[in-house]
Order: sequence, then structure tokens, then C-alpha cells
Amino acid sequence: MTEIRETYHDGVVKRLVQFSIIWAVLGMLVGVWIAAELIWPGLDLGQFWLSFGRLRPLHTNGIIFGFGVSALMATAFYSVQRTSNVPLFMPRLAWICCYGWQVVVLAGGLSLLAGWTSTKEYAELEWPFDIAITILWVCFAVVFFGTIATRRIKPIYVSNWFYGALIIVIAMLHIVNNLALPVSLNKSYSIYAGAQDAVVQWWYGHNAVGFLLTGGFLGMLYYFLPKQANQPIWSYRLSVISFWAFTYTYIWAGPHHLHYSSVPEWVQSLAMVMSLILLAPSWATMINGIMTVSKAWRKLRVDPAMKFIVLALAFYGLATFEGPMMAIRSVNIVSHFTDWTIGHVHSGALGWNAMITYGTFYFMVPRMMGRELHSVRLANIHFWMALAGTMLYVIAMWGAGISQGLLWLSVDSIGELSYSFNDVMASMVPYYGLRLIAGIIFLTGTILMAYNLFKTMWGRHTVSVSPPDIVDEIHGTAHMPEPEPDFDEGTGREVPA
Amino acid sequence: MKYHGVTLHRKLENNIGLLIFGILFVSSIGGLVQVLPSVFQESLSTATQNSHLYTAEELTGRDVYIQEGCHVCHTQQIRPLVAEVERYGPFSRADEFVYDRPFLWGSKRTGPDLHRVGGKYSDDWHRVHLLDPRSVVNNSIMPAYPWLAEKQANDMGDIQKKMRVLQKLGHPYSEEQIAVAVDEIDGLSQMDVLITYLQVLGTGLAEENR
Ligand code: HEM
Ligand code: HEM
Repeated sequence: MTEIRETYHDGVVKRLVQFSIIWAVLGMLVGVWIAAELIWPGLDLGQFWLSFGRLRPLHTNGIIFGFGVSALMATAFYSVQRTSNVPLFMPRLAWICCYGWQVVVLAGGLSLLAGWTSTKEYAELEWPFDIAITILWVCFAVVFFGTIATRRIKPIYVSNWFYGALIIVIAMLHIVNNLALPVSLNKSYSIYAGAQDAVVQWWYGHNAVGFLLTGGFLGMLYYFLPKQANQPIWSYRLSVISFWAFTYTYIWAGPHHLHYSSVPEWVQSLAMVMSLILLAPSWATMINGIMTVSKAWRKLRVDPAMKFIVLALAFYGLATFEGPMMAIRSVNIVSHFTDWTIGHVHSGALGWNAMITYGTFYFMVPRMMGRELHSVRLANIHFWMALAGTMLYVIAMWGAGISQGLLWLSVDSIGELSYSFNDVMASMVPYYGLRLIAGIIFLTGTILMAYNLFKTMWGRHTVSVSPPDIVDEIHGTAHMPEPEPDFDEGTGREVPA
Repeated sequence: MKYHGVTLHRKLENNIGLLIFGILFVSSIGGLVQVLPSVFQESLSTATQNSHLYTAEELTGRDVYIQEGCHVCHTQQIRPLVAEVERYGPFSRADEFVYDRPFLWGSKRTGPDLHRVGGKYSDDWHRVHLLDPRSVVNNSIMPAYPWLAEKQANDMGDIQKKMRVLQKLGHPYSEEQIAVAVDEIDGLSQMDVLITYLQVLGTGLAEENR
């Protein structure tokens, strides 16, 4: 063996982390801006491109596809190398994927401001972007699955199942939901109409949440939590069962976005039942995570990355409990169309997606750069700001949403509506004010992180890391902490001491 | 028996091809059983007396509605609940939407539902409201749309091409309707056509269903 030792490709990971942070700041800035517009509508300054109807999709797309997907690509590339014990497959393609994605998000964002939109939530971008996204997604898949195919460790580690499901299922959803006949570069008409379009869209919409905002980030959890806690995943068997239950069940739940609408009732009821069942795999994962950390509680006091990841797990638990409750038809009567939904979204988005990403970045960046985090104190301050911002946001939206829901539905003894729409709308100002403050706090914390991490990365290349020589054939990844003792019960293989 | 599933999983997790196939298979079942039948359910896509085919002008107005993102704050879906029917009118039926590409039901009611707003206010009211919402609705948080009065409906794209594409998708436009389409919207502002669209919303529902 005289060949020069190969090293992991972490440069592309670092670049994706940087882009992700930039999108986080920009996307949340737009979030704060539209939160303010809901109090002071004049903030669009008479400019068509600052109008709420165009900025809101920019917020969701910028955050989900800019911040979220860049972070998912970064962490997928980082962890798949280390769990496969090989460098990335076709690293050039990984770079194309990295830059190509940023171009699409940027140009796509501008096109939204220009009023190009297909209107379908989280799939607003028009057909030229849909095609570009499809191509880049295939590149992502080739790099990711190629790396796994060339792995030097036989079993494929848990985090990779989730990243794999993210790539495969999102590809399926994206292609089916965006089928349309183009009229011109910026306009197309969906091949589905009316109620059918609604069913397809929310099959997409819910599972974009399911496999991207939930499944993808669970991949992050399953790699970074055990690494961080320096403990193996508490139960391998539970992770297997919850993975397949999750993949099977999520797909059915979409039409809970269409309760009491003009889609067939059996579709709605089935979605409600499946949403309730979904609580089981969701909480199984949460319990698996909590039990994994439970042997490392001490770290929780000193390590900001760990705090973020554990808090994310708690909010994951909250959002996946609240979601099934809102999917019950009688609860949904109140919550549907109100700010309660917005509160639910952001308890997932801020509490789960953003926090776990922050924790992961605080873990990953110092390791990749081979130096300490610039300031642990600043990271701790960020943690408290993130927690305060999220709590305030969610509480304000519960207040707003539940009052909207109940006031809209309330009728007096002779069957007349008790409140006009405008009365209810006007009473929202204090809640929207609180939400704005919450957003500013959360955004400020994110800017602190951006400063802290860019300081840590400043003027340095990523350190060279080679795959370890010793590969433990039975345990799978040499890189991961020792697995639990009953790991191999199913196959009857020897359980190593 | 208890570990059977885990044993099967062991096979999958040692073979990336099988794993990809497994994920694809398991995640498709829901879509095939639940979504696909709806996509082929004729009652959801067949026009009835409740369905209204948008004219060239209304269609252009609908595209303005889309361009400005009105659906981001306004729903077009009245649920069959007492309070909702009282507030907005007869509940929405599937056959009212068969010419809606895309559907514009929305997910958030920052402003009121608009499915039956057609005929509720005068054209002039809409014009004033779009130019300055707070002059007619106290406390409204709706943005103003002054630019719509200046921009031309023509600039919304080739209307004939749009109608031909929709024709391919099954909208029964006649050659004559397509031929006069350009003249129909010529000289109108984007605000004019948007108001025309708003005024037709929800009015297609047949009398006996009201
Ligand atoms: C078991 C898990 C979950 C279930 C069953 C669930 C269920 C629901 C329900 C019933 C709604 C309201 C639909 C409506 O009335 O319009 C909703 C909205 C939403 N949820 Fe969840 N949820 C879950 C977890 C999550 C998580 C973890 C996130 C992460 C961010 C999330 C993000 C969203 C988003 C973005 C929406 C808004 C969709 C829209 O209207 O645009 N959900 N969810
Ligand atoms: C500083 C932080 C943030 C602020 C101030 C903020 C603010 C807002 C506002 C004002 C809306 C529109 C609500 C409405 O129409 O009534 C919104 C929608 C939304 N935001 Fe955020 N946001 C923030 C962070 C995030 C993050 C981190 C994510 C995702 C990971 C996210 C995902 C969404 C989604 C999916 C919606 C659409 C919800 C729906 O359609 O039901 N936001 N946000």
C-alpha cells in the first residue's frame, strides 16, 4: 500500500455551511419584514416587489430551500463520508451541486419577487426552476448514493437511511406535483385542476414537511447526536422500526390540510387516522434520541452544540404532538386557516429545524477547521435567544390562532355571527407585535452565530482527515461510538463484549 | 417472529440498491392507494351546471390574482360549517373548481374568504379598496396595489396561447372565443381584469344549490 492516503472532501461541506448561514440570515430577515408588514401594511413602500404576497413565498422558499437544503446537503456530505469510510464519490459533482443550488435559490427568489409563481405552497417556483432543481437533485443523489456504493463498511448507518429517503421521496413528490404545461418561460398551467390539484399539492406539501423538514433533519439527528453525546444510539431496533413506520405512514397524511374542503371525505378521514398513527414513530424517534443523551447529561451543561440539539429534540416532540392533534377533524375546525397553523409551523421550523442545524454547525465547524469555536460564550447567548424567540413566537401564535378560530365560529343564541371579520383582525395587533419581537430576537441570535462561525472559519482551510484504517466489520461504522450490546440479536450473530 | 422485520432490514441496509428500492416501494403505497384514485375520480373533474369556464378577461384577472399572491392571505374554500356559511355564503363544491388551474384554496385567512365575493361589492368599491384599503375598511392590514391601475392587462402574457394550452388540458374554449381574446382585454388595466375576476368568483353555483 504505497498510494498517498486519501482524505475526506470537507471543502464543499464548509462552503455549503456558509451558504446555509447566509440564507438563514436573509430568510429570517424577510420573515421579520413580513411580520412587520402584518402590523404596518405601508411597509411595502408602494413597491410591487415588497408586497406581502410576493415576500411571503420568498421567506418560505429562501429558508426551506436556501437554509434548509444547503444545511442538509452539507451534513449529508459530511456524515456519509464518515459513516462509509470513503471520500465523496465524484467530488466535482458535489461542487456543481453546491453552487448550482445557490444559483437556483437566488434566481428563483428573484423570480418570485417578479411575480412568477405556480402558487403551490413550497413548490411556487415556475417550470424552468423545477427542471433545474430536478437536475441538481439527481447530482445530489449520484454523489450521495455513489459514496455509499463505494463504502468500506458493510452496513449502511441509520442517518443515511433518512438522507436517502429525503432524496428519493422528495424527487418523487417534486416531479409529480409540478407537472404542468408551459405557456411561456414564466407561466404554466398545472395538469391537475381544482380538487384534484389540491389533493396532489398537499400530498406534496405535507411530505415536503415530512421528508425534508422532518426526515432529512432526522438524518442530521442520527449522526450528530450520538457523535456529540459520544454514545451509541440507544436502540438500533427502535430506529429500524420507526424509520420504516415513518416512511410508510407520512405519505398518507397530506389531506389533513384539506379537512372539510371539497375533496372526498374518505380521503380526509384516512389522512386523520394516519396522522394520529404518525405520533408513534415520531415519538419513538424522540425517545430514542433522549435516551441516547441520557448518559451524557453532564455535557449538556457545558456544550452549546449539545444544548441546541437536545432542545431541538424537545421541540420536535412538541410539533409532532401538536400536528396529530390539529389533524383531528374537530380540532382542525378551529385551527384551520388561523395563526395556530403558523405557530405550529414555527415551533417545528424554529424549534426543531433551525435549532438542530445550529447545534450541528457549532459541532461541525470547529472540527472541520481544526480550531476551537471563536466564542463559546456567544454561542451560549445565542442559545438563550433562540429559546426565548421560539417560545415567544409560538405562544403569541397560539393566542392569535385560538382566538381567531373561536371568534370566527362563534354564533349567538339566534344564530347570528357574534364578531365581524374586521373586529377579529383588529384584535390581532398585540399578538403580531409579540411575534415581531420574537422574530427579531431569533434573528439577532442567528446573526451572532453567523459572526461566531465566520470568525472560526476565517482565513483557514479545512483540516485534512483520512478515513481510519481499522474498520469494524460487525459494528458498521468505525467512526461511530460503540453500538448497544443487543445490536445483533436479530441475526443471532455473536454479540461482541 | 419478533425479529423478522429487523432481519429483513439487515438485508436492505447491506445493499444500497435494495435500500433505495425499499424506500421507493414503501413510500409509494400511500400515494397509489389514496392520491391516485382521486386523480382519476371523474366526479372531481367533470363540469356540471355549477362549473364556470373563465372568459379571456376573467382568466387574465385570475393570473393577476396569482401574480400578486392574493391566495397567500385569502382562501377560496368555504367549509360546510354554520358560521362559515353564514359569513361567506353557500359552502364550496368540488365541481365549482374543475377549471381552476391551479386551485387557489389557500391555507391561511389573513383576510376573509373570497370564494363567494363575486357580486358582494360594486366594481367601484373594489377599485377604491385595491388602491387604498384603509379608506373603506378601517384597520385593514391589506396592502395597497396602486401599480395595478397602471399596468396593462396585455402584459400578462399571450392570452391566446394560454387559452390554447388550457384547451389542450380539456377546457372547452371555442375557436371564436380564442380569436376575440386579444381584443377582449385590449386597453384594460390589470386592475380592471382583476376586478372582473373577483366579480365572477363563486357566482357559478346553480340556483338550486344556494
Ligand atoms: C406527526 C407529525 C405532524 C403532523 C401529523 C402534522 C400535522 C399538521 C396539520 C394538521 C397541519 C395544519 C393543516 C391545516 O389545517 O391547514 C400542519 C401544518 C403544517 N405543519 Fe405540521 N404536523 C406534524 C409535524 C410537523 C413538523 C415536525 C413540522 C416541521 C417544520 C411541520 C410543519 C408544518 C407546516 C410547514 C405546516 C403548514 C402548511 C401550510 O398550511 O402551508 N409539521 N401540520
Ligand atoms: C426570524 C424568524 C422568523 C420570522 C419572524 C418568521 C415570520 C413569518 C411570517 C410573518 C409568516 C407569514 C405568516 C402569515 O401569513 O400569517 C411566516 C410563514 C412561514 N414561515 Fe416563517 N418566520 C421565521 C423563521 C422561519 C423559519 C426558520 C422557517 C423554516 C424552517 C419558517 C418557515 C415558514 C413557513 C413554512 C411559513 C408558511 C406557513 C404556512 O403556509 O402555513 N419561518 N413566517
